Amino acid sequence: MRHSLILGTTLALTLGAVSAASAATLDEVKARGTLKCGSNPGLAGFAAPDANGVWHGFDVDVCYALAAAIFGDPAKVEFTPLSGETRFTALASGEVDVLVRNSTWTFSRDVDLKLDFVGVNYYDGQGFIVSKDLGVTSAKELDGATVCIQTGTTTELNLADFFKANGMSYQPVPIQTEAEARQQFLAGACDSYTTDASGLAAVRATYPNPENYIILPEIISKEPLGPAVRHGDNQWGDIVRWTFNALVEAEELGVTKDNLDEMKNSDNPEIRRLLGVEGNLGGMFGLSPDWAYNAIKANGNYGEIFAATIGEGTPSNLARGLNAQWKDGGLMYSPPFR
Amino acid sequence: MAITEAHSREPFRLGMLLYDTRYRSITIQIIALIAVLTFFGWIVHNTVANLHALGKTFDFGFLGQRAGYDISQTLIPYTNDSTHGRAALVGILNTLLVAFLGCVTATIIGVFMGVLRLSSNWLIARLASVYVEMFRNVPVLLWILALMAIITDTLPAPSAFRGENASASMLFGDTVALTNRGAYVPWPIFGPGWQVVAGVFILSLIAILLFRRYAHARQEATGQALPVFWISLALFFLPALAADAVVGAVTLDVPTLQRFNFEGGGLIDKSLVALWFALALYTGAFIAEIVRGGIQAISRGQSEAAGALGLRPNRIMSLVILPQALRIIIPPLISQYLNLTKNSSLAIVVGYADVRATLGGITMNQTGRELECMLLMMGFYLLISLAISSLMNWYNSSIALKER
Repeated sequence: MRHSLILGTTLALTLGAVSAASAATLDEVKARGTLKCGSNPGLAGFAAPDANGVWHGFDVDVCYALAAAIFGDPAKVEFTPLSGETRFTALASGEVDVLVRNSTWTFSRDVDLKLDFVGVNYYDGQGFIVSKDLGVTSAKELDGATVCIQTGTTTELNLADFFKANGMSYQPVPIQTEAEARQQFLAGACDSYTTDASGLAAVRATYPNPENYIILPEIISKEPLGPAVRHGDNQWGDIVRWTFNALVEAEELGVTKDNLDEMKNSDNPEIRRLLGVEGNLGGMFGLSPDWAYNAIKANGNYGEIFAATIGEGTPSNLARGLNAQWKDGGLMYSPPFR
Repeated sequence: MAITEAHSREPFRLGMLLYDTRYRSITIQIIALIAVLTFFGWIVHNTVANLHALGKTFDFGFLGQRAGYDISQTLIPYTNDSTHGRAALVGILNTLLVAFLGCVTATIIGVFMGVLRLSSNWLIARLASVYVEMFRNVPVLLWILALMAIITDTLPAPSAFRGENASASMLFGDTVALTNRGAYVPWPIFGPGWQVVAGVFILSLIAILLFRRYAHARQEATGQALPVFWISLALFFLPALAADAVVGAVTLDVPTLQRFNFEGGGLIDKSLVALWFALALYTGAFIAEIVRGGIQAISRGQSEAAGALGLRPNRIMSLVILPQALRIIIPPLISQYLNLTKNSSLAIVVGYADVRATLGGITMNQTGRELECMLLMMGFYLLISLAISSLMNWYNSSIALKER
């Protein structure tokens, strides 16, 4: 998969038609009839296929909402599982239309890799998981440890910085997929596994005896995770950005999957504009007036998606924390729909 | 004669380019050349245009920037403050290391198994066949992953060496620890005066060479054989060890168990071991077949004649058959060496930091320079493959039958 993707990029760069990179993505998606969404190959709670091969999770629900906003049908989406190494290459070469794969928004990715991060769907930070047997209670006690790390990620660079800043040494064990990390970590081939704290909570839930492992309290980085699109197609970027904003706005306004149809008759002009009853916001970027209605109908608003996939009570059991609505002291804040 | 003269005097017409056999082949070649050049010109132009459309430049400046990531196994000093260029160099050296180790081991395994496959002992010949068919017919990627999984899941973690009732213990008088992170081995530390020991060692190498020449001449002259192997072995180790005992310059750093890991000594990473043996066993199976073919190509009369002279079977093999078979074996062996070297680019699946993992993996991902990294990597593999094949071709011509 990885080889073919890299080859694909190189071939796309050398053989592909010049127009492919700059053509209107929306037109291409509509002509194709499906949305191509780059996802994590398997991270419980964020993106993982179930026994029937249907993808579920916090990240892929954004794709379902997007497909619903464009086609009125959340099922019109194809997922391409991408490793940490191949994801940006796949997006840049046009193999996927949008990348929703817990990817950190950084300056160099935004500017140098020519990507546009259109928002943040999860505010995260990098943490460490260790076995309780080690007797470690802080990441600063990890001097000399062997650490498993997903290669091609920002966590790889944060890890180097963290150990350097604290004058400690470590032995990196680069791994490519979550499954490999699991094998190495559970066999004791690495003392600690480091990735985004949300990811650690998700994988710990899948370990045989989750209570034997602890996530250390230190969060060593800021990891704003969000959907990304290619530079240069602003209309497409707007569609992804505002579809996500619509989910956040819907939570703020109390619009849920269940009361969606009642809310259409609401007197609140903000809700009427959001759901396309009043005005035609969707038409401004080439979608139908009820695009946001369809997007919310797919899997509910932001809060509902969070609660159903990674929130408290799910195996990941993550608190809203920074990802609460701004009114509740979090950072989720949608610009106004008008 | 008269006809050709008449032809050459005939004035040149455009149609002759196609219908005259003297010009046709040239015409076709020129057309083909133009087509090939146009194709490559179009590719280059298209690449430039696509890069421009993406807003990307073609620039190797990233090689001078700080890499910022760590590599577990390095042959040269490297920290995360080093440049991407140095990370690429670390990867290149790691590729060369595993390619070298793999080629040597594959050759030993291959020759051994190829000879065993022809053994008259039914069981040994069948076992060798099973080895060849098993390794030749399963993709090397699966062998790499399988060896990695075996090492990870069967060897103990360093924590198993701890405590009163440790479930694992170190080997060779507590100097070597085999763990699922790799093998921790004693490593020499060169203190002041190490030059003396090194000098003695080089002298003993020369002594071995001279001794072998003397033993050979003596055997030619008198027919008496000396125990060359044992004396060479003693010459290899004893003088250097004696010199070190006197000077005390080179000491061994033995790994000891610390908080998380063994510290001190050297770590042979398990990813290197898994990759090395998977490549060696896989390529060794192909080499075994080449060796078998080479031996079978030598006429039976050769071994019968050698037998008639009173040589024992292993002497027939090493003195008569193999030297002749070598001429047949070497050319296909070259392509096996090239295959092994190129297959080493699968290293990333076990996290071994070869050039594909550093330059073509992390560096490419962090800098987003796909085209530049791909071109550099392809250039490197091309260069190393050409170097290997010219080296082997030189060796081949040196052992080829000399016509006098």
